[in-house]
Amino acid sequence: MKSIEIKDLSLNFGDLKVLENLNLDITDGEFLVLLGASGCGKSTLLNCIAGLLDISDGQIFIKGNNVTWKEPKDRGIGMVFQSYALYPQMSVEGNLSFGLKNAGVPRAEIAERVARAAAVLQIEPLLKRKPSQLSGGQRQRVAIGRALVREVDVFLFDEPLSNLDAKLRAELRVEIKRLHQRLSNTMIYVTHDQIEALTLADRIAIMRDGKVQQLDTPHVIYNHPVNKYVAGFIGSPGMNFMQGKLNGGDKPRFATGQLNVDLTRYNFENGHALDGSDAWLGVRPEHVSVGQEATQKAFSHEVAVEVVEPMGSDTLVWTTLADQEFRFRMDGQKSVEVGETLNIGFDPVSASVFDIQTENRL
Amino acid sequence: MTTMEAIGPRPKRILDPTRIMIYSVLIVAALYYLLPLYVMIMTSLKGMPEIRLGNIFSPPVEVTFEPWIKAWDTACTGLYCEGLKVGFWNSVQILIPSVIISIAIASVNGYALSFWRFRGAEVFFTILIFGSFIPYQVMLYPLVIITRELGIFGSLAGVIFIHTIFGMPILTLLFRNYFASLPQELFKAARVDGAGFWGVFLKIMVPMSPPIFVVAIILQVTGIWNDFLFGVIFAGTKNFPMTVQLNNIVNTTQGVKEYNVNMAATILTGGVPLLIYFLSGKYFVRGIAAGAVKG
Repeated sequence: MKSIEIKDLSLNFGDLKVLENLNLDITDGEFLVLLGASGCGKSTLLNCIAGLLDISDGQIFIKGNNVTWKEPKDRGIGMVFQSYALYPQMSVEGNLSFGLKNAGVPRAEIAERVARAAAVLQIEPLLKRKPSQLSGGQRQRVAIGRALVREVDVFLFDEPLSNLDAKLRAELRVEIKRLHQRLSNTMIYVTHDQIEALTLADRIAIMRDGKVQQLDTPHVIYNHPVNKYVAGFIGSPGMNFMQGKLNGGDKPRFATGQLNVDLTRYNFENGHALDGSDAWLGVRPEHVSVGQEATQKAFSHEVAVEVVEPMGSDTLVWTTLADQEFRFRMDGQKSVEVGETLNIGFDPVSASVFDIQTENRL
Repeated sequence: MTTMEAIGPRPKRILDPTRIMIYSVLIVAALYYLLPLYVMIMTSLKGMPEIRLGNIFSPPVEVTFEPWIKAWDTACTGLYCEGLKVGFWNSVQILIPSVIISIAIASVNGYALSFWRFRGAEVFFTILIFGSFIPYQVMLYPLVIITRELGIFGSLAGVIFIHTIFGMPILTLLFRNYFASLPQELFKAARVDGAGFWGVFLKIMVPMSPPIFVVAIILQVTGIWNDFLFGVIFAGTKNFPMTVQLNNIVNTTQGVKEYNVNMAATILTGGVPLLIYFLSGKYFVRGIAAGAVKG
């Protein structure tokens, strides 16, 4: 069943088109992450769904109801903000019950719902405190609680973890995931952090300039990015891109400089390579093998190590392949020196090929 | 030779040259500006014979509070000889409703302009601010006609109306800038929680804004108390505020000039704003700073 349906949504600020003909279907209980760089319209889209921004065109349905012109409170949503947005003069309890009081919920039920939400989020000892007496993590928990007590179908998160330090962020991330598994509400989560997106999402919508570039499971987005932008955006360190030419025929090849990469095992979108067209070959640094292993791959080559970045669990090595910058990841336990020559290789199955003009996947 | 090892906090020099410079300049400036006040207080405590001796800086030989009592109770302001107390209560009656009404309206204005942006809000705001740069005198005659047509010319209601209008630009600017500095997300959260225009304002925004209300009260109390022009034109003879009556006492052309009574009357009139400044110097400075930041 569909939980949220967005039909041909457009939003203009004067002449500026922020969102354009956007369509999105979200099923019941799904965790959807809107991911994109700042200014791509992801938060704007969330505000439109919440009813905090009036849209220029299109329709929004939540649980089958047309809520396009409804007030935020009547849409059956709860929202969590990046800056927590707790009411500073109210206690935690006051914050949690504010919405319910506005809705005219009976006193006894308010107390019951607040107690339940506090138990779920383990904030019972904090109920009498003011937001200023809470730590960042506690504040965000209260903010989630405020959405929780509303007992709504849809939760909207607007970069809820961006203000927290790395450790706390990782903790709360797992907590949000647990919460979702427990409540199985529909959740829409806006972030610019790809780790959050990949770990939390059932599906990710990658946005750019007000348009959804790709909407799919994290697995598909990581392995089969539809275009160069998505490929470059997902993955850290980013994908290597090499510019070259495609040679079609029975044995398709990618030629760049002196190199020839055999693409026989690569699955082209339309079944075959277009002969002679310019293309990008994208290879993820973590899909590159080193040493003995590399020689068994469909493509292997010798490279000189230029820069070494040890990161503990693994080491990022910068080098040059066919006069283009190339990075790869290797086991952090192996020692590698600058100037050393290494054998590297990869399997074209895990690579991606993009058209140089349209930047779409080939 | 013994040298001290550098350890811990840097030792403080109590009398370093820049300090001495700063303090001496400040003390001289303070004395200079306090001198008139000193002369006023001393004169108000002297009897007329002593004043005629002409030693304005010397303290009174014989301290008398007679001039203060006369200024408050029996000094003649035009035709009536009931002292400043009439003007004091008139000023209070003008002040309290003017302050409350103007702040109530301006705070809602500022709130609407920062959170409920309507089409043309920017233009509206610009016009409002522009209004604060037009000299009052230009608008006097039209306002006299307007208040006459409304039937409130020469009454308390008239002068309160005028004070409310003229408080609008600066107060709206003050409140708008303050509310604009509050996080937008707070407003959004309250909307999602089902609070409407007044709900957000009264339950979320006002409880967060005591500092700016204090600043607004200070600005309005001192401004309206010190007003002379609107009081003399719009209040009507019966409701003349204290400033107008002070003028009538001091500028009287008949009889002997009673300098001691004039000084006492002036200090009495200036007392209210002076008290406000003393009690709330910190907030007042903050208000000036807040109003200075253009949105």
